[in-house]
Amino acid sequence: MATAKRGNNAGTGIAARFDARKLLGNNLTWSVVALVILIALCTIFDPSHEFLSLHWNKNTGGLSGPLITMLQESARYLMIATGMTLVISTAGIDLSVGSVMAVSGAAAMQLLTSGMNVWAAILISLLIGLLLGCINGALVSILGLQPFITTLIMMLAGRGIAKVITSGENTDASRVAGSEPLRWLANGFVFGLPVNFLLALLIVILVGLLCRKTAMGMMIESVGINPEASRMTGIKPKKILFMVYAISGLLAAVAGLFATASVMRVDVSKTGQDLEMYAILAVVIGGTSLLGGKFSLAGSALGAIVIAMIRKTIITLGIDSAATPAFFALVVIVICVMQAPKIHNLGAEMKRRRALKAQAKAVAA
Amino acid sequence: MTSATANPATRNNLKTKSRAKKPALRINTQMIPTIAAVVIFICMIIMGQALFGTYTSLGFISSLFIDHAYLIILAVAMTLPVLTGGIDLSIGAIVAICGVVGMTLLNQGVNSWLVIVVMLLIGLAFGAIAGTLIEEFNMQPFIATLSTMFLARGIAAMISTDSLIAPENNNYGWIATTIKIIDNPKIKNDLSINAGVIIAAIVVAGGYILLHKTRTGRTIYAIGGSRSSAELMGLPVKRTQRIIYLTSGTLAALAAIVYTANIGSAKNTVGVGWELDAVASVVIGGTIVTGGFGYVLGSVIGALVRSTIDPLTSDFGVPSEWTTIVVGLMILIFVVLQRAVTAVGKKE
Amino acid sequence: MTDKQPIVVMKGITIEFPGVKALDGVDLTLYPGEVHALMGENGAGKSTMIKALTGVYKINAGTILVEGRPQTFNGTLDAQNAGIATVYQEVNLCTNLSIGENVMLGHEARGPLGINWKKTHEEARKYLAQMGLDHLDSHAPLSSISIAMQQLVAIARAMVIDAKVLILDEPTSSLDANEVQDLFKIMRKVRDSGVAILFVSHFLDQIYEITDRLTILRNGKFIKEVMTRDTPRDELIGMMIGKSAAELSQIGAKKERRAAKAGEKPIVSVKGLGKKGDINPADLDIYSGEVVGFAGLLGSGRTELGRLLYGADKPDSGTYELNGKQVAIGDPYTALKNKIAYSTENRRDEGIIGDLTVRENILIALQATRGMFKPIPKKEADEIVDKYMKELNVRPADPNKLIKNLSGGNQQKVLIARWLATHPELLILDEPTRGIDIGAKAEIQQVVLDLAAEGMGVVFISSELEEVVRLSDDIEVMKDRHKIAEIDNDDTVSQQTIVETIANTNVNGKEA
Repeated sequence: MATAKRGNNAGTGIAARFDARKLLGNNLTWSVVALVILIALCTIFDPSHEFLSLHWNKNTGGLSGPLITMLQESARYLMIATGMTLVISTAGIDLSVGSVMAVSGAAAMQLLTSGMNVWAAILISLLIGLLLGCINGALVSILGLQPFITTLIMMLAGRGIAKVITSGENTDASRVAGSEPLRWLANGFVFGLPVNFLLALLIVILVGLLCRKTAMGMMIESVGINPEASRMTGIKPKKILFMVYAISGLLAAVAGLFATASVMRVDVSKTGQDLEMYAILAVVIGGTSLLGGKFSLAGSALGAIVIAMIRKTIITLGIDSAATPAFFALVVIVICVMQAPKIHNLGAEMKRRRALKAQAKAVAA
Repeated sequence: MTSATANPATRNNLKTKSRAKKPALRINTQMIPTIAAVVIFICMIIMGQALFGTYTSLGFISSLFIDHAYLIILAVAMTLPVLTGGIDLSIGAIVAICGVVGMTLLNQGVNSWLVIVVMLLIGLAFGAIAGTLIEEFNMQPFIATLSTMFLARGIAAMISTDSLIAPENNNYGWIATTIKIIDNPKIKNDLSINAGVIIAAIVVAGGYILLHKTRTGRTIYAIGGSRSSAELMGLPVKRTQRIIYLTSGTLAALAAIVYTANIGSAKNTVGVGWELDAVASVVIGGTIVTGGFGYVLGSVIGALVRSTIDPLTSDFGVPSEWTTIVVGLMILIFVVLQRAVTAVGKKE
Repeated sequence: MTDKQPIVVMKGITIEFPGVKALDGVDLTLYPGEVHALMGENGAGKSTMIKALTGVYKINAGTILVEGRPQTFNGTLDAQNAGIATVYQEVNLCTNLSIGENVMLGHEARGPLGINWKKTHEEARKYLAQMGLDHLDSHAPLSSISIAMQQLVAIARAMVIDAKVLILDEPTSSLDANEVQDLFKIMRKVRDSGVAILFVSHFLDQIYEITDRLTILRNGKFIKEVMTRDTPRDELIGMMIGKSAAELSQIGAKKERRAAKAGEKPIVSVKGLGKKGDINPADLDIYSGEVVGFAGLLGSGRTELGRLLYGADKPDSGTYELNGKQVAIGDPYTALKNKIAYSTENRRDEGIIGDLTVRENILIALQATRGMFKPIPKKEADEIVDKYMKELNVRPADPNKLIKNLSGGNQQKVLIARWLATHPELLILDEPTRGIDIGAKAEIQQVVLDLAAEGMGVVFISSELEEVVRLSDDIEVMKDRHKIAEIDNDDTVSQQTIVETIANTNVNGKEA
């Protein structure tokens, strides 16, 4: 905004136009626009015309309605998108988050059915996610393997690990006594809002504070922009790389718990499937470049909610489940195209061309 | 001599003063990962032969090529974008949509040649979309091709979610008809190929010519080295990028033709994860994901290694839950070995 | 020359970026067979003007005529097709390809079987030979030769397209004196063949040696076009800076040699510090308040020794004493913790963190020494940023600008601010004045003297002997990866002394 203020002497008109340009160029703007349009679409075309309705559900002690279920689903996306943002900021990528979700979910369900205390089960599954993240981190930072390949391997291996944990079964822990705390985390309500959404939001905010109130965010960005120059300033890029993959693994484990605890059942081949792609999309929609550098956790969080909303829209509009990916692709393409600088500069570019053509004619004449 | 002249990196010029002291047979460090891939592939075959006794039989070699001709084509398709530091995630989904459309049309009695043309055009169209998104709207290749992947998969599922079987008496199966080159009394000692393998071989040769014998190919390497330099050198970067994604999309369609002809059916879920198999092949073959270094022939070796991992794990009796872990570990060992070999090679 | 038709006429060129007018109605005329210099301080708009002519930037207003025909360039290819070839300041070639291929890329010789590599490399060698580079192996990877060589390879490339205009943007900033002369020989040859050369350099001597005509820019505006031989230096500098020559504060006088106190202990004392393949073991003492100059040609080991002192590379021999205490400096973090800082010669790759702000770039090293989770309090950070930006006169004075958008000289100042913020006892400056304009150069030289006066030990590494001799107390002379001599820099020492020392001493320290 400081720039706009300085522009004031050039006339308020210019300042206002400049702001509009800035707003159009802001990635958050288009995420919000997409969200609003999707909600409007659902409201108008929902066959039962109750998309925006919110009821108080006495059984759960919270609000209920389509928007609430959307928020509940968004919790897992928020988690993996947050971890993914940090990894992508270092110019890396974590393709293993979906598989890590399956592993932590499988571990939790298996431990519960084997009679372990629910809190111990939660703790152990989180630690397993952290461990897998640390392995990614070690391979990338110490061995210097390429992130894409390293996490691709973990993506393949992770699915296998989940299957090994459950011996290939889709373990169901819904009838295990004493698992209520985990169930509450995934399905419960506080202040009328879903616990998992609030918890996810809290974690996003904590990570955000950690990044921006300490030097962590700046150092992560610095390593993503120029690792050698970062090393020369005394930063240890290897430590930073290790850390972001570890965090991503841990947050993926949280997402895995959210995803499995909502039905208290793990599907070793479907839990977390394709979710690494959703997380990457959320990050890109949020305005963080896959080339690394500056990141925006708020943008990624909004991106995660857009992803959840797209999925909700597909269900609400009764779009054939087979067409889901196609609809998904269209929304993402539209958002990304609207974010392209080419579109924002279209007016200015046409004006420039016309002016130059006129001048060229004048010179030729 | 062609291969030596075509590849400046492999040539060693003896006439110059500055290099005169170095040994005459100096192997360029850029080649080391690819050579490592060849060595490890040979080791795998020898190990398989020593333990199970079938890996060097002509029958095994024949089926390795016939069953994985599609993967070789996809590996070549993936090599182009990866060389520029990009990626094409949509190739698996393009296989699916081409397969579903192709089988649907065949079942409606459309001439098989026309079907083949339609399938290739579909691949071309998805390549065109990806190229436009990348070059005109500044989308990163990962995201652009992820979008076209979802798009292709979604449309494939909208057309049909059934398993579509190619009708009898069509003129399509010729691609899969095996041609016996060496006929032995024992089937496992037959050496045979089919049109699919020949197509794959042509694709490999074409990829090689494109990359090493055309200016477009050299521009691909230049973009991988430094896109901004390539632009400032006045190379047609945008056009080349479009050509890359058009080619990878079309080759994916070709892979769909070879694959569906071979198994005689298609489903919308075919090709899930094949883009990752292709990436793994390319990487095993020594191409670096950040671009600039790598060879088509390396990717072919990579595809063969990737294809040999499956029979090896099953011959070792690995339980099914463990297969993906073992595959992952093998790729890991491979990449680490390559890195070690490269590091040692650079020191020397 | 006036009887000739100009090749290029640029009139009223205006380029706007969001919020700034980088160029405002600038004119430039190039005639065939002349060397024309674009003169101005950093940020005057020279690079922007070049990028307008080469099609990198699109112009907002104005006209470009090439051989009388109006042109609208929508990319570098358009400009090349119009006969304009460019060699940029930062070498823009592909290090993953061979030398010959870089020369010929996009113009490879083709036969019926596609590219004919044999012929392509033959042609590449022909162009390389024109540049006096016939000793290069055209098959060797570009990454195997020095930056200076790569620069010449880039010029060889420019000759491949039969250019009418050759733009050389700071081609000499990484060349040594002999290489500059070689380059000038080539430039004269090219000029005499009727090509117009547009030349940018910060070295006034070079401008007066090679150019015929000058166009002077200041703050994005056209100031004047003059003939070089009719324009005295002080007048030229005055036009560039916007002040009269008398106003320029020059620190022309040689620094008075610092008097050593009896019994004084050095801050840093290294014995036999070396790394195989980089620099042979060398001894060195640096005292508080002393400026130690490293003099030597490119590749003499001057940078390598500086990097070892900082731990940017790990030494494999020698001892390192810091204020009398034995230390092991194996990485930059340890060096900074021990109050040693190093400013790199490679500003773009190892210095600036482009997408971070000036403020973050200043604070990052101090932050790294304190630890990730102990943020510098905002008030302290503000004070540090404010203090050093003022002291070093960083322009624009906005700490929230991205550093990549600053001119080279100002980036350099920010980097020095970064190291000063860590309060080093020993500051190693590697080529701090390379590729920056006269004004900023004088400012940085003054900073070096001030820091030494405050008691800091400074290592000053530069390829310009003149400034090494003027600023240093002691001069370490380097040759072929050996330290060959240590000269007490008193009144009897001049640039000539250093040159003779390098020429007459072999690497064992004996007279040659």
